[in-house]
Amino acid sequence: MLEPLVQNLAFGLLVGALYGLAAVGLSLVFGVTKFLNVAHGELLMFGGYASFWIFTLLGIDPFLTLASTIVFLLVIGLVLYKLLFARMVKLTESVKIQNTLLVGFGLSLILQNLALRLWTADTRSITTFYSGSVFTLLGVRFPIVRVASLVIALVTLLALDMFLRRTYTGKALRATVENWEAATLMGIDIQRVYLLSFVLGAALAGVAGCLVSVGYSIDPVMGMNWTLKGLIVMVLGGLGSITGTFVGGLVLGVTESATGFFLSLTYREVVGLVLFVLILVFRPQGLFGTKEG
Amino acid sequence: MLKIEEIDAYYGDLQALWGISMQVNEGELVALVGPNGAGKTTTLRVITGLLKPASGDIHFYGHHLDKVAAHKIVELGISQVPEGGKIFTAMSVLENLELGAFVASARKVKDQSLQWVYEIFPRLEERKNQRAGTLSGGERQMLAIGRALMSKPRLLLLDEPSFGLAPLLVEQIFAMITEINRQGVTVLLVEQNVRAALELAHRAYVIENGRIVGQGTGDALLSFESVRSAYLA
Repeated sequence: MLEPLVQNLAFGLLVGALYGLAAVGLSLVFGVTKFLNVAHGELLMFGGYASFWIFTLLGIDPFLTLASTIVFLLVIGLVLYKLLFARMVKLTESVKIQNTLLVGFGLSLILQNLALRLWTADTRSITTFYSGSVFTLLGVRFPIVRVASLVIALVTLLALDMFLRRTYTGKALRATVENWEAATLMGIDIQRVYLLSFVLGAALAGVAGCLVSVGYSIDPVMGMNWTLKGLIVMVLGGLGSITGTFVGGLVLGVTESATGFFLSLTYREVVGLVLFVLILVFRPQGLFGTKEG
Repeated sequence: MLKIEEIDAYYGDLQALWGISMQVNEGELVALVGPNGAGKTTTLRVITGLLKPASGDIHFYGHHLDKVAAHKIVELGISQVPEGGKIFTAMSVLENLELGAFVASARKVKDQSLQWVYEIFPRLEERKNQRAGTLSGGERQMLAIGRALMSKPRLLLLDEPSFGLAPLLVEQIFAMITEINRQGVTVLLVEQNVRAALELAHRAYVIENGRIVGQGTGDALLSFESVRSAYLA
């Protein structure tokens, strides 16, 4: 009984890292711009396909495709921002959230159907010569690609954290999160900050998508599910902390696994939503957030 | 240095300023006083570009401020301490000050400015690594002023620096403002604490319902009958 349980939880932890990564992108964009971009999962899906095709057509190792996938998503982010989101920056916060929700839903439908058209509804995944490799630690099996994904997710988030803490631009982003008017009075061009955070969020979705296509699988309608996970984790972790959000992702991954193990796989997808509601009712600042924020 | 001419400004359909004209000369400490909701903060928002006026002119050393984007106005040498300070509470005291020197010209002389601000507010140096959210009310106000000074402003705008502070602290903050002005920074001070502001200022404007209703030297206004009866009685 114990060994399969631990194995299950290990798998939960590994997928949780990707939940965390997906959520940090969503949360960064929301924190800075107050855009709730529900098409974030579709951006992740595009990242997955970008890696898949570069690997399939050019034979480049999927982990090496990360760089080009990031560039691809930066460009998509830039185009979407200029085309759709830039015109909403002047709205008041509540209107902004509503409008971006609507635009995001529309956008996610468009992107899903575009992917269906371009790449069919087939489920795809990247299979390399080392995809089946596993190492065993204390009787628990760890697939190499998923462990590598967890490490890459961690490194990405560490780099993001350094950027936000150490650089002037990063500090400008954090200042805008707190108070955009005060940030403007510092001479910060918040339009540029908004754009930067949006494309950064898209790039983070791209990284997550690439990792999903290696360790798991991708298809044109996967996006909504990933947006949902991202939202759950955002609420779990509380806004404003990368560490909190990442740990929130791990918590969701492990909880899902445990639920699948003890109850049934049917409840796996439900437990996150139950957590979502419970947190909103009893601890709206998130598991790790403070009341003041 | 700063000349405001016939400014009208609106929030949506609501007119907040009616033909405001005023002037601040180099080296002066000018006060803008009046009751709550008179348009004091709105006047500052118009100067710093957070609110664009519907008509009128704002000149600052030959620049038309009403045609300059808000984030570029800091670079011209205007810095504002917003109402309530609006410090970045999740960031450290030092990070707040660093952000004050965000614009390129100020960033070059950041270390010098930091020394200067620490001289005026030694308390900030003691607390530099502390999260700004943990500061007391007086320290927050000091940080807000220090942060504004980090951009090396020629003109410092202060919005109700005494708000919510104990009388003793208000006296301290006002003494520091006088000192900052003595060191060559021109100051436009917005206050509800009329008596203290008028005692401090070289000149003052009285604003009511979005209109300038009086002006003169601080002393003259202090003895002005309508000001006395309205604010000082």
